[in-house]
Amino acid sequence: MSDTHLSEPLLQVKNVKQHFPVTAGLLRRQVGMVKAVDGVDFDLFPRENLGLVGESGCGKTTLGRTILHLYRPTEGQILFKNADLTLLKPSALRALRPKMQMIFQDPQDSLNPRMTVGSIIAEPLDEHSIIKDKERSNRIEELLDAVGLNPRYTNRYPHEFSGGQRQRIGIARALGLNPEFIICDEPIAALDVSIQAQVVNLLEDLQEKLGLTYLFISHDLGMIRHISKRVAVMYLGKIVELGPAHELYSRSQHPYTKALLSAVPLHDPGREAKRERIILSGDVPSPANPPTGCPFRTRCPVAETRCATSMPEPKNLGLGHWVACHLME
Amino acid sequence: MLSNPDSDVVLSVTDVVTQFDTADGRVHAVNGVSFDVREGELLGVVGESGCGKTVTMMSLVKLLPMPPGEIVGGSALFEGQDLIQTDIDALQKIRGGRIGFIFQDPMTSLNPVLTVGYQLTEALRLHKNSSKSAARQRAVELLELVGIPMAKDRLDDYPHQFSGGMRQRVMIAIALSCDPKLLIADEPTTALDVTIQAQILDLVKTLRQELGMAIIWVTHDLGVVANLADRVMVMYSGFVVERADVEKLYRTPKHPYTYALLRTLPEMEGERAQRLESIEGQPPDQLQRPDSCPFAPRCAYAFERCTQENPLLEFVSEGHEVACWWNMEKNAPREAS
Repeated sequence: MSDTHLSEPLLQVKNVKQHFPVTAGLLRRQVGMVKAVDGVDFDLFPRENLGLVGESGCGKTTLGRTILHLYRPTEGQILFKNADLTLLKPSALRALRPKMQMIFQDPQDSLNPRMTVGSIIAEPLDEHSIIKDKERSNRIEELLDAVGLNPRYTNRYPHEFSGGQRQRIGIARALGLNPEFIICDEPIAALDVSIQAQVVNLLEDLQEKLGLTYLFISHDLGMIRHISKRVAVMYLGKIVELGPAHELYSRSQHPYTKALLSAVPLHDPGREAKRERIILSGDVPSPANPPTGCPFRTRCPVAETRCATSMPEPKNLGLGHWVACHLME
Repeated sequence: MLSNPDSDVVLSVTDVVTQFDTADGRVHAVNGVSFDVREGELLGVVGESGCGKTVTMMSLVKLLPMPPGEIVGGSALFEGQDLIQTDIDALQKIRGGRIGFIFQDPMTSLNPVLTVGYQLTEALRLHKNSSKSAARQRAVELLELVGIPMAKDRLDDYPHQFSGGMRQRVMIAIALSCDPKLLIADEPTTALDVTIQAQILDLVKTLRQELGMAIIWVTHDLGVVANLADRVMVMYSGFVVERADVEKLYRTPKHPYTYALLRTLPEMEGERAQRLESIEGQPPDQLQRPDSCPFAPRCAYAFERCTQENPLLEFVSEGHEVACWWNMEKNAPREAS
């Protein structure tokens, strides 16, 4: 699913699949397959912010990790600056790593409690670059300053900081090697409402200042609408709809996107009372045993018989709006 | 606190103060919280983590580790009985009986080694002395009431055999098992996905119409409360800072904190904000009981008095109270977002 951009894409994801084997018994024989990511295509352009939304278990985190090659994909190609990561030798992949970073969901779990803030931020620097002594400590202070923390805090430990501040430390660590592309995996989900806005504003400022490209993974549809220009909706390992944010939020086409948007509670009792809600029945099916045909058909309010037989192909509706649904034809 | 003319008050809480002893000193978690809940009403309690919303509710039924926790003062009248003065044994008869509970995480609040049927009938056998077969019959009815398909066949299943949304339905069924007069729900949909949350909210709306109990709904999500509550109470740093009918709170928020909180939320419709409004700084640490307004250090409207005295909750209009010097003294009108 490509877009009408003039520039070259920074990242191309082509038919990526990530299947995890399920084993059982003493001999660990394979008894099944969890299709966490099952054929995902999209392009990401420089300085873009692509939102990736979906419910828990839909494969958005696995997709993020597969793109960064933290898992080797089962199938498909991942092109970063035209280099196919799946074909690169480990040493060549390592040389590219500084350009691709990740910000994690839980700043509590992703910072080592026994390391000082200075050494947490310096770890990627020590690993990938050769700056030393004065230059190194200047860089740490510069990074702390960039994320709005006091540069004098280098010798403190993570537990001395609040949740929002810890997330800023995680961001500083990701910025250390001047990355071009950052995957933000639910960076605000663990934060309080009043702190979320601070962190989102910081991420936006940094993007502007440093020319970063984000893949922003979140289940918070309101925040994605605010931060992302393009949005991809994922369900059971597949992207079911992708398009410009304003199109997707005002004229969503896929029944799943419609239901998802209507389920977000509005903070306005007046509008809330008048709104038409689509309440989906049941739960997301297990990715170890996905339905035949369209993955959404078991919960879809408008499913037809053909939905059970074949997976709908993504259809271009123009303006970079793609949707994978039989009823669009 | 205003004296309430209504006789249909189910729970009347006055000046509850709860503190915890920690290694760093005494934490002032709840600093004199008062509120009423009327029959059939849904009261939303909103605030960020650490604002004391959960501790307030747990203080009412003494579901706190004591020590380090201590309920220093206050009263909570429920059916003519002061819960704060009641001893634990007598409270056992009320908890899960006349007052039902739903907690945030259905995985950790259901016992994984007992069947759902056992956990559903436990309260019935304890509080109502029901026979085993009568309790099982009632359990099936309850599971049907909360929308679990093939209820009869699922009684002997264990919690892990249910999905997250279904487990929360089971929790609701347990809470409803003894026909409670009051239901306290603490972040019941926070751990769920939006589509599942929508299912649960829909269920709660139907159940309210059918059963008519009073509900206290504790959450950090202003969106959830907007479409569910009759009245909303906003808490900050262990104080109630604003309380109003739901329409008023969202349309004309009076407290700068409520106002700012509503403005930090991104819109789902219309123009997209260039930049999100944010509340700078952090909530105060609660080692000292503040003698000034707890929000003053982060407040855009703070003036001298705010840093000298702590405002009390005062009446601003019918069904709307706020604790804010700015509102009381300057009272300049402000537009809702």
